[in-house]
Amino acid sequence: MITRRVVRELSVAVLTAVAVAAGFWSTTPATGQAARAARMADGKPNLNGIWQALNTANYDVLSHNAKAALAFRPGPVVPVPAAPLLALGAVGAVPGGVGIVEGDEIPYLPEAAKKQKANQDDWLNLDPEIKCYLPGVPRANYLPHPFQILHSDKAIFFAYEFAGAVRNIYLKDPGEAPVDSWMGQSVGKWEGDTLVVTVTGMNDQTWFDRAGNHHTEQMKVVERYTPQGPDHLWYEATIEDPGTFSRPWKIRMPLYRHINPNARLNQFKCVEFVEELLYGKFRKTPVQ
Amino acid sequence: MTFTVHRSSLRIVAGAIAAAGLASLGVATLVGQQPPAGVAKPWTMPRTADGKPDLQGTWSNATITPLERPQSVSNLVLSEAEAARLEKTTSDRVERLNQDSDPNRPAPPQGGDGSTGAAGNVGGYNNFWLDPGERVAVVDGQFRSSLIVDPPDGRVPATTPEARARGQARLKMMAGRGQYDHPEFRPLAERCLLSFGPTTPLIPNYFYNNNLQIVQTPDNVMILMEMVHDARIVRIGGTHAPKNIRPWLGDSIGHWEGDTLVVETTNFPLQQPFRGAAENLKVTERFRRVDATTINYRFTVEDPTTFTRPFTGEIPFRATDELIYEYACHEGNYALSNVLSGARNEEKRLGTKK
Repeated sequence: MITRRVVRELSVAVLTAVAVAAGFWSTTPATGQAARAARMADGKPNLNGIWQALNTANYDVLSHNAKAALAFRPGPVVPVPAAPLLALGAVGAVPGGVGIVEGDEIPYLPEAAKKQKANQDDWLNLDPEIKCYLPGVPRANYLPHPFQILHSDKAIFFAYEFAGAVRNIYLKDPGEAPVDSWMGQSVGKWEGDTLVVTVTGMNDQTWFDRAGNHHTEQMKVVERYTPQGPDHLWYEATIEDPGTFSRPWKIRMPLYRHINPNARLNQFKCVEFVEELLYGKFRKTPVQ
Repeated sequence: MTFTVHRSSLRIVAGAIAAAGLASLGVATLVGQQPPAGVAKPWTMPRTADGKPDLQGTWSNATITPLERPQSVSNLVLSEAEAARLEKTTSDRVERLNQDSDPNRPAPPQGGDGSTGAAGNVGGYNNFWLDPGERVAVVDGQFRSSLIVDPPDGRVPATTPEARARGQARLKMMAGRGQYDHPEFRPLAERCLLSFGPTTPLIPNYFYNNNLQIVQTPDNVMILMEMVHDARIVRIGGTHAPKNIRPWLGDSIGHWEGDTLVVETTNFPLQQPFRGAAENLKVTERFRRVDATTINYRFTVEDPTTFTRPFTGEIPFRATDELIYEYACHEGNYALSNVLSGARNEEKRLGTKK
C-alpha cells in the first residue's frame, strides 16, 4: 500500500513538473482568470493580470526587525506603543523583513536624512498612506494591495486597488509632464522582454514606506518589469533625485500574479474610510 | 484638464443652461451654419488581435444635448438649422462669459447675489473653469434634442410609489438636520468620492473633464473616467459579484453581441443612487463603434422598484487626441473642511448674536 501510494504521488509530481515546464511561456492552465497567452500578438510578453508584491517593504524598504508598533512613546523600561495604536495589540505590530534596497542603504544627503528621521518620528501625522492619498511610484507597487495591469497591443494601464490609483503608461513620449502629479507621468518602452517605464513629474508629497523615506519633485524613477515565468515579474526600479540622494539607488523584488480563477481587483477607495480622521472634528456633534 | 476643485452645485446650473438653450429654440430660424461633413471615406472596423471591434482610445462624451428633453421641445430629432442655432447660442454665451472681468466691479452683495449654490453665493467658478461641451449630440446622423430616446417624450419615467416612499423616508431622516452637519451629508463629488452625477451609465456631467479612456483585453474592458480617476474594470464573461459586494461604480460584466460590446452593471451601493435607484438598479450599456472617430453608446436603466418603466439613452463618444491628466481630488480637498468648519463658525456666530 505504502509503496503504491508513493509511486502514485511521484507520478503526480512528475506529471505536474512536466505540465509546468510545458506551460512556461506557452499557455497556463485553463482556470478562468488564470488562462492567458504568454505573449501578445506583437510578440511582447503578456503582462495582463492582477499582481502583488509579497514583502514588508511598505513598512520599511530597508531590512528591519519585527517591532511592537509603527509609533512609540517613552515607557518606564522600553518605549511602548503610541497611545492611538495601543488598542491594536499584535495587529498593530510590524513584521520584520529583508530590505528591497540594493546594498540595504539609501544614500540620503545630510538634510534629507534628518527629514526621514523627523518623518518617522511623526509618522501618525505625516504618512500620506494614513490619509489615503495617492501613493506615488514606486510605493504603489509594494503596498499590501494588488494592482491590475491591462495590457493590449495599443495600451498598458495600471489600476491599483489602493485609493483607486491609476497610471496610463504612455507608449509614445508626450514630452515633459506639464504639471507635477501624485502618480507622475509614466512613459514605457520595451527592451527585449523587459518593459522599461520612466516616471517623472511626481510631486514631493509621496513617501516610499511607513518609515518616512521620502523624495522631492526632482525624483525620476526608471522601472523594469521582466517576466520570470507565467506568474512572476521581476521588478526593479532605479531612483534618482539630486534634491534628496547623493547617487541613484535601486530597489528590486518579485511581483506575483494572483492565479485564483476568481481573482479580481477589489475596491479600496479609502477616501471614505478617513473622513472621520480628517473631518470628524468639524461635525456638528463630534463623535466622542 | 486637471483641477482639484469641486463644483457639484454648478452641475445643476450647467444642466439648466443646456436645457434653457434648447427651450429657447421656439420657432426655428435658419442660421447659415455649415452642416458637418457628410460622406466619409470608406472605413473599415478596426479590430483587436482577437478579432473584436477596437474600442480603445480616448473619448469625450461632452455635449450640449441634455439628458432629458425640455417640455417645450416635442421632437427627438432637431433640424440642422435648429442644431446650428443651439450651438451658436452656446458659443456666443461662452464668448460673452470669457470677456475679461471688470477690475473695478463692486464686491458681491453681502449674503450672495441670490442665486443658489456656491457659485451664486460667493462668486465661485466662472466660465473659465467649465468645459461642458459645445456640440449637439449627433447619433446615426440625427441631431438630438435629448439623450433619452425612450420613452418617446425623452424624459426619465415617473417613479413608483415605493420609490416615492423611500424618498419621503429619507426626507424624514434628514428632518431637523442640516446639510452641513456631517461630511456624510455632503454630495459624493464634494467628498472626492466620485464625479458629479451618474458614473454608470456614462452620462456627461455638463461641466468639465468629460473624457474617457478605454483599454481592451480579451478578458477585460477598462473604462477610465477622467473625473476622480475612476477606472471601471468590466469582466468579459462570468457572473456578478455576490449581492453584498457593492463597489462605487457597480459591478460590471460584459459580452460581445456581434460587433457590439454589451455591459451589464448591478450591485450599486445605496449611497450612490441614480434618481433614487440603487439597490435594484441595472444598467445595460452597448458600445458600438460606427466610424473612425465615433462610438455610439446606448444605455438602458432598469429598476422596477424605482421607475415605472425602463428608459434608454444614446450618446456619441467622440475620439480626442487630448491627454488625460490626473484628477487628484481628495488630496487637496480643503473645501470639505472649510464647508463644515464654516458651518460650525456660523452656528457660533448666530449663537453669540442671540
